[in-house]
Amino acid sequence: MAIFGYLVRRLLTGIVVIWLVASAAFFLFFARPVETVARELAGHAATAQTIQLVINNLGLNQPIMTQYWHFLDGLLHGNLGYSYFTQEPVTTMLKQDLPPTVSLVIGGTILWLILGFTVGIISATRARSVFDRTANVLVLIGLSMPIFVIGELLIWLVFQPLYSHGFHWINTGYAGITSGIGPFVGHMLLPWITLAAVQAAVYTRLSRGQLLETLGEDYIRTARAKGLSERRVIFRHALRAALTPVISQLGVDVGQLLGGVVVVEVVFGLGGIGQVSVQAVYQDNLPVIIGFVVIAALFVVVANIVVDLLYAALDPRVRIT
Amino acid sequence: MSNLTEVGFEAQQAAEGQESVGPVEGRTQWQLTWRRLRSDRVAMISLAVIVIMVILAIIAPVFAALTGHGVNTAYPVTGENEVGNPVGPGVNGFWLGTDSVGRDVFVRILYGARISLFVGVVSTAIAVVLGVVIGLVAGYFGGIVDTVLARFTDAVLAFPYVILAIALAVVFGPSLTIIMFMVTFFSWAGIARIVRGQTLSIKEKEYIEAARSLGAGPFRIMFLDILPNLLAPVLVIGTLYIPNAIVFEATLSFLGLGVQPPTPSWGNMLADASNLYQVAWWYLAFPALFLLITTLAFNLLGDGIRDAMDPRTERLIAARRMRSRRAKDRKQQAAGVEAVADTVNG
Amino acid sequence: MAQRTQQDDDVLVRVENAVKYFPVKAGGFIKHTVGQVHAVDDVSLVIERGKTLGLVGETGSGKSTLARCVAGLIPVTGGKVFLNGTDITKLSRGAMRPLRREVQMIFQDPYSSLNPRRRVGAIIGDPFAIHRTATGAERKRMVQELMERVGLNPEHYNRFPAEFSGGQRQRIGVARALALRPKLIICDEPVSALDVSIQAQVLNLLSDLQQEYGLSYLFIAHDLEVVRHVSDKVAVMYLGRIGEAAPAADLYDRPRHPYTVALLSAAPAADPDTAAARQRVILTGDVPSPIDPPAGCRFHPRCPKAQEICARVEPPLVRDNSTAQPAAEGQPPDDSGQPATDVPGGWAHVTACHFPVVPGENLATAGAAAGSAGKGAVA
Repeated sequence: MAIFGYLVRRLLTGIVVIWLVASAAFFLFFARPVETVARELAGHAATAQTIQLVINNLGLNQPIMTQYWHFLDGLLHGNLGYSYFTQEPVTTMLKQDLPPTVSLVIGGTILWLILGFTVGIISATRARSVFDRTANVLVLIGLSMPIFVIGELLIWLVFQPLYSHGFHWINTGYAGITSGIGPFVGHMLLPWITLAAVQAAVYTRLSRGQLLETLGEDYIRTARAKGLSERRVIFRHALRAALTPVISQLGVDVGQLLGGVVVVEVVFGLGGIGQVSVQAVYQDNLPVIIGFVVIAALFVVVANIVVDLLYAALDPRVRIT
Repeated sequence: MSNLTEVGFEAQQAAEGQESVGPVEGRTQWQLTWRRLRSDRVAMISLAVIVIMVILAIIAPVFAALTGHGVNTAYPVTGENEVGNPVGPGVNGFWLGTDSVGRDVFVRILYGARISLFVGVVSTAIAVVLGVVIGLVAGYFGGIVDTVLARFTDAVLAFPYVILAIALAVVFGPSLTIIMFMVTFFSWAGIARIVRGQTLSIKEKEYIEAARSLGAGPFRIMFLDILPNLLAPVLVIGTLYIPNAIVFEATLSFLGLGVQPPTPSWGNMLADASNLYQVAWWYLAFPALFLLITTLAFNLLGDGIRDAMDPRTERLIAARRMRSRRAKDRKQQAAGVEAVADTVNG
Repeated sequence: MAQRTQQDDDVLVRVENAVKYFPVKAGGFIKHTVGQVHAVDDVSLVIERGKTLGLVGETGSGKSTLARCVAGLIPVTGGKVFLNGTDITKLSRGAMRPLRREVQMIFQDPYSSLNPRRRVGAIIGDPFAIHRTATGAERKRMVQELMERVGLNPEHYNRFPAEFSGGQRQRIGVARALALRPKLIICDEPVSALDVSIQAQVLNLLSDLQQEYGLSYLFIAHDLEVVRHVSDKVAVMYLGRIGEAAPAADLYDRPRHPYTVALLSAAPAADPDTAAARQRVILTGDVPSPIDPPAGCRFHPRCPKAQEICARVEPPLVRDNSTAQPAAEGQPPDDSGQPATDVPGGWAHVTACHFPVVPGENLATAGAAAGSAGKGAVA
């Protein structure tokens, strides 16, 4: 029962956050001198007439609060405006571009979590072993590399040689699930690895450190003294205490993840909303950007709620009050 | 252990005709840390690499003169082959080859290093100052001040940087200043959070209570009593945040939201190179290599400093090693004894 | 023989009905108060100039909290604290500052009461810096004088606390407290963390300093023998209130509160014969929580002499006149019953108990029946 109230409260807070973010984005873009905005949209070489046209078409002359009102109104009705470039409704664009992003996020997150925790746990239980040391080196390299470098290197060293030798399964660009699982995975494999790599490195190190610390605690010593097998000790006693702080870190890292998503999409040409928004920047396509901002905020809020619930489920000390 | 007190001991020394050593200055934690760091080979190599990189960046114009190639000058004749593609390393006096329009990759890498190092170090330094002040104030004063500051810090930490980068790029146009602002803005929060946590725990110590009982005001306590105890973790974090800043700048430039061409940045060079990797692998490899080496060096140095500051972990692990080695020895000994006993018993 | 009545100018510190409650908060987003920790519940006492008042009690009795209220480190929830006639509970932080020179503290843990990152000279010189009484070479000289006075080598001015032993660190703490020549030093279990042989050294140092500078001490401890050694007057606290208070010798020779008797019986005796002869009074039960103290006398759930009235009415702190007692030493022959003498820290032996223990009574075998026989309830 308490969970229900908690969920409701978090959802409400989340809505407030999204509203704040969207409004901030709106005012950031539109609350500037009308001329500036119009000129941006019309391009540098635009004549005064074109600029006037733009102002009229987009209703930039109206008082800012009226524009804001329209904006909010549209938002509530699921209407995010129209792309300045193609006149498409932004929502349609987003719907089109969502699948690659979603596939990337889900696959990447799963890979990152599995990889990060597994390697971290094994490293901690075999501290100072060959496995641990090798893992450590890889982690260090992973931490030091920007995502796009990893992506580029994968393309150069994996995709390129394979492709030129006729092995076409691994590919850049996007192929939806509808084209079959095979092509889907083939196109997504490298992006998943790229997205997961850096985050996995961070979490390997985190979970290894936490587990090592927990394993040194007295109550673990007691468990061992009681005669429990090492596996029992780790899985039933140490793991939970060690990993809860790591899980709480997840919520914070959602923001990082989003950044990674954009980069990976650009590198591999996946055409998801991240890549589209970056393009929109070049085009000064404000509605698209605002659309992306709102979606991103939504994603962050939802992810945070999920993480909090997970954390509360794991840590008996946290009571959702 | 002798039963003599210090005073007694020195009196004894004096009596025996040896001159007293004089007032002894305690070694500061910094001196001790430096000694430990010196013996960490990996950390020392990393430090050397960083210093070399900084020097290279500073004297970049020297290399421009040496090779005879300007940083933004294209050399379509010597720098491109018949098909119009870039030439490789060592060809026509281009030490590391040329880029898409025939510019010297090596010279551009060195100039790019300037940007990366400058943004990395300066932004992090500013972020450290901001983070420490905010963390200290939030942790020490508690109450509403803490709540507000802590929530704000958390919000910044969790904020997806991409959104802000994109938004700012649209509004203000991409530039170096924007990047520095972005990097600083997203770095101070992590530092502030750690400083706040440390401040909260230090605040409860008795010597802080003692300072208050003496009548010390909050600022004196924060900066004279708490801060010296914070410097160690702050130094570690700061060093580890520098590579983050460098990577951040590179990523933004890669996306086109940062340093704009023709000014070279490792990020935008790699963006350009991503289109050419099939015909010009050096254009991709070498900037990536420099980037990797620099960030790796800072990471290793940060780790080294952290280990040097906390000798406890070393001893723990060394103790474990000792224990397992002793266990092995004992087993060997036992086996040896058995073997001897066997021979004796025939 | 001169009359020694308690004049106000003999009194350095006067605490009147001090109350300190800490709120217990619960709730998720908006925390609200669900209860109070009754750390100090209506305590009055006086500390005379040049004398030592010992404060004894177990953990949770409120003695440390009370000490900090006297030092002005935490605000009181109620009551007043007078320092040299000034009510410090009403002062702002700025007005309080000059008064801080008069009251200083020595802390229990020599390992955490000194900032590990600062040199000893700076630590001891802090009071001079904060109150701007001396700078530069002058400050250094005064610090080194202090170091010498407490038995440290002044040449160790530049060392860090980590380079000193526990006993030496306490001396550093003493030097720091002494720097501004305070009138009162509050010693919060200053020797509890030290080895026994070092304890003696530090206690002797404190005693010497008291003679030399006319210091008053509020000495908090849980070790009765230590308290007996250093104190002129002793007060025993239980769960936020004072159970009994008397001049030191009086308390130890003729304890009247059952709790005091139990404490004394539990203290180790050096002479094995005495130890064997002594009857241990074992208290049952745990110390109740200060959030919800028992009604009536707070000690009644554990008291071997408890009666029905003890659970209802809280006994006041008074002198017991119903039984004939030899005059306590130093007690004014003119028992004028002035209010000041009845306050803990004064000359009188006061007890808060409906059925105080009389000499010869054996609490170890006391039961309800024995308790009510013939002693009479002193309301």
